Amino acid sequence: MTTLVIAEHDNASLKPATLNTVTAALQCGGDVHVLVAGHNAGPAAAAAAQISGVAKVLHIDAESLAHGIAENLTAQIVALATGYSHLLFPATASGKNVAPRVAAKLDVGQLSDVTKVLSADTFERPIYAGNAIATVQSLDAIKLLTVRTTGFDAAALGGSAAMESLAAQTVPGNTSYLGSEIAKNDRPELTAAKVIVSGGRALGSQEKFNALMTPLADKLGAAIGASRAAVDAGYAANDLQVGQTGKIVAPQLYIAVGISGAIQHLAGMKDSKVIVAINKDPEAPIFSVADYGLEADLFVAVPELVAAL
Amino acid sequence: MKILVAVKRVVDYNVKVRVKTDNTAVDTANVKMSMNPFDEIAIEEAVRLREKGVATEIIAVSCGVTQCTETLRTAMAIGADRAILVETSEELQPLAVAKLLKALVDKEQPGLIILGKQAIDDDCNQTGQMLAALADLPQVAFASKVDIADGKATVSREIDGGSETLSVTLPAVVTADLRLNEPRYVTLPNIMKAKKKSLEVFKPEDLGVDVSPRIKTLKVCEPPKRSAGVKVPDVATLVAKLKTEAKVI
Repeated sequence: MTTLVIAEHDNASLKPATLNTVTAALQCGGDVHVLVAGHNAGPAAAAAAQISGVAKVLHIDAESLAHGIAENLTAQIVALATGYSHLLFPATASGKNVAPRVAAKLDVGQLSDVTKVLSADTFERPIYAGNAIATVQSLDAIKLLTVRTTGFDAAALGGSAAMESLAAQTVPGNTSYLGSEIAKNDRPELTAAKVIVSGGRALGSQEKFNALMTPLADKLGAAIGASRAAVDAGYAANDLQVGQTGKIVAPQLYIAVGISGAIQHLAGMKDSKVIVAINKDPEAPIFSVADYGLEADLFVAVPELVAAL
Repeated sequence: MKILVAVKRVVDYNVKVRVKTDNTAVDTANVKMSMNPFDEIAIEEAVRLREKGVATEIIAVSCGVTQCTETLRTAMAIGADRAILVETSEELQPLAVAKLLKALVDKEQPGLIILGKQAIDDDCNQTGQMLAALADLPQVAFASKVDIADGKATVSREIDGGSETLSVTLPAVVTADLRLNEPRYVTLPNIMKAKKKSLEVFKPEDLGVDVSPRIKTLKVCEPPKRSAGVKVPDVATLVAKLKTEAKVI
């Protein structure tokens, strides 16, 4: 029994989500291999070899794999799959894009967003935006999972796995990559941040959102998040959205500012270790999950908090 | 160009779901059912492409119980020209739905297939990508903008940390993310018109598809409850608690 983890990387470095996925893979039992498929992805492959518990890193390098195009990655994974009992992808935008394509090519079902490994074929996963937890058993020969990274600790570093380079499979070539826009900032990534400060619709405008949330985030070295209401109102960028349809986060400290706490938002952050809610509505549902609730006007409380930290 | 759009009937997004007391499933009896919100966005996008003159015909497809006809009528009220129901009372998992849709793609030969990125009941986020694999078509998942020209689709898609733009040759499969568009309200005259549009019904056997499940649900439970903590009177107390009690700053 051997598990193949499909690494998430940007060629130059390995994304932290890979480490959580390796932990889930180790819990499935058997050996763990990691596939790094990319272009000039030597540094990412070298980083993968340092993950504790990984027996082997498979490295495929080709120009067609530079941008993680689903068809191209799928061709590589499918060619390797028969040797494995489990295929694990992180449940990131990239993993969610590629995993089902691989599953269908192999004619196996997929278990999405697995949060717990109960045995080699039985897992837990949330359904209905986290309002119910299903225990599911895969009946297929190859178990194909995407792993919700917040459900598993990051694997430790300090290993020295064997490295094997493989030739790339040919790819169909009917998709071309035109470009990307990645928001540049020095803040930690939302899904990997230890502290998140998150703003809601009560902030009232994009200017006020930035004026209040940025100093707080700076003070705490935190990532900035937002509720769907704040994103839809244009106060914050799309990729800051925390919730079932946005990012699922589980930081050490989550500070919700002016967020009422819709079900879909709670589903995205309720696994945070400590939740603080600042809201002037005493009936706001966010208070029902907050460890510390401060009933106050956020325009007064947030600057006070920045000063007190 | 024909566009095929898949729609799913799900528990309405405003309903607080409850787990059945025997822990076998979520209780869907006597609960308001609606079209999956992401599928509504998919239909809307198809209608806009027809309004721009890019598409000529929109076919809405749903797989499931007889009541899915209501969902298909809604799709036709938004603007789909006709509908196909693949009727079965069996539990359908994403791979099975993808196989049913693949059979219909073979039959109808659409130039573009649009699906919602994910259904809000099982939260699988699989069917579109699986259909693309089975039909050997390029895919763009989580689309936020779609342009069609010269036999190609230029699609922006949402990725972690931003967005990227891909160009794919048609036919192709696109899955709709939240910000692709805002679906229009359905008007009464359009609801009346939708009742007269054609709705064809097939069984999975008619399409030669085996829909047996690959995943067995052993039980469904309520998630662990997070209990409310304490209310603090002021910022100073909050900071003190975070430092000495929670020890997170």
